[in-house]
Amino acid sequence: MENNAQKKDEQELLTVSSGEMFQPYDWSVGKFGSKFLHELKENKKLFGSKCPKCGRVFIPPRKVCGQCYVAMDEFVPVSDEGEVYVCAIIQFGFVDPETGKQRPVPYGYAFIKLDGADTCLTHFVDSVDPEKFKVGARVRAVFEEKRKGSLMDIKHFELVD
Amino acid sequence: MEKAGIVGVGQTKYERKKDDTFAELVFEACTGALTDAGVGIEDIDNVITVSNDFWDGRTISSMAIQDAAGSYNKDVSTVEGDGVFGAMYGMMRTLSGSFDTTLVVAHVKGSEGNMNLITNAMFDPIYQRKLGIDATSSAALQARSYMEKTGATEEDFARVSVKNQGNGVNNPYAQIREKISVDDVMKSRKISEPLKLFDCSPITDGAAAIVISNEKGMKRFKKDPVWILGAAHFSDSYTLGYRDLTNSRALEAAAKKAYDMAGITNPLMELDVIELADAYSYMELLWYEGLGLTPKGKGADLIRSGATAMDGELPVNPSGGLLCAHPVLVAGLARIIEATLQIRGEAGDRQVKGANKALAHGINGPCGQAHGVFVLGS
Ligand SMILES: [Zn+2]
Repeated sequence: MENNAQKKDEQELLTVSSGEMFQPYDWSVGKFGSKFLHELKENKKLFGSKCPKCGRVFIPPRKVCGQCYVAMDEFVPVSDEGEVYVCAIIQFGFVDPETGKQRPVPYGYAFIKLDGADTCLTHFVDSVDPEKFKVGARVRAVFEEKRKGSLMDIKHFELVD
Repeated sequence: MEKAGIVGVGQTKYERKKDDTFAELVFEACTGALTDAGVGIEDIDNVITVSNDFWDGRTISSMAIQDAAGSYNKDVSTVEGDGVFGAMYGMMRTLSGSFDTTLVVAHVKGSEGNMNLITNAMFDPIYQRKLGIDATSSAALQARSYMEKTGATEEDFARVSVKNQGNGVNNPYAQIREKISVDDVMKSRKISEPLKLFDCSPITDGAAAIVISNEKGMKRFKKDPVWILGAAHFSDSYTLGYRDLTNSRALEAAAKKAYDMAGITNPLMELDVIELADAYSYMELLWYEGLGLTPKGKGADLIRSGATAMDGELPVNPSGGLLCAHPVLVAGLARIIEATLQIRGEAGDRQVKGANKALAHGINGPCGQAHGVFVLGS
């Protein structure tokens, strides 16, 4: 009896929801991001930036080579083909922040070393076959028909050969 | 006691909607400070970055600017708060002897997010955030309580805006460079009564950086340093309802400690120039009191007297202050940079003649919850 009475007095522990709140942003992408996204949208071409000191090509392009601490101002074309530097097959789904819809699982994720670049681009790969989708595999970008100036203008990469 | 000084300063021009990314702004400010110091990045022992995740729109915002801040192969740490606290941490790191030189950099792009939502998010989500309270509506409450307690009027607040916007005309880095009258302020659009458009600082993008060195590190630099004579910071209660909004006791404590370190007993007489955080016009009056320039409740008398005008005995905000450019977080570092330029005699058209001792001030949190104070001298 006493036990029940105690339970009756005990306040249930509550939470408060943040509701539908969200924080919108308009990020400027600067000169480098603008060149990259423009070429991607209009010409299905990929551009990186080249360090005048160490000669490395960064993709996506950006202004500063952190290692040399100098500004880059040269854009160089980078191939839409390259090789898988490292990869993973993802089995858990996530809500696509662009569409609000659940992405289908499983899907391939990779760091891709494009020909002509010294850094890797992160993207989807249209394969979940561990025999074929592996480090060193050759891949090529597949572009969306309707492009809007976003990294998602590359639909994914596909295996070549 | 071991000493530290400021040996390099750099800042971008402050504008709304700058095209550069915030990493590019950081690079501009850092390379500016290094050039001013006459050294390269290899002479910097450690880096402090100042940023805020909500303003940048990404978590661990500090990590996105590391290459631009020159922290490759260096020890780096971060402050999420006003730049004056970043400078405080950077100074401590050199005084500790762990490092001889520190590069401190702050950035913000106020124009990329939504100011009302971002500043709303600094409030407690359970009891206050749902009321929509933000930096400006809470400031209006503070302004009103100050009026009720001291008898200061909206015209007194307007006098601050008139003074600072008048000064901003002389500052090539300022965002707003336009003289106005008390009448202009009074007739400007109501934002949150009693605050009107010209009582409120603008939304601003920009970055600023300083190089701090201890005595041992000084031999790397050619220029004479501007010495840090005193520095202190204090914080008041987070919850606005728990705080007396008309009594800035955190500033009072910070100022007292910094004055003691610098050997200042009468700040109005002994300081030559002040750069303080006037995020809203009325704040300047409240901070006069916290800084001990005038007795409690008498802030309005000081602005009316003209003592803090460019030709007064203690000019306050020759740069135009935050009312002419308010890059959140960057603002405190910009105050330190302005004070440094004043002491060096390099402040151009906004120079206070013979400035030898300057105070720089920054705030953090709603209605000036935390205050940081630097006293600088040659
Ligand atoms: Zn390089």
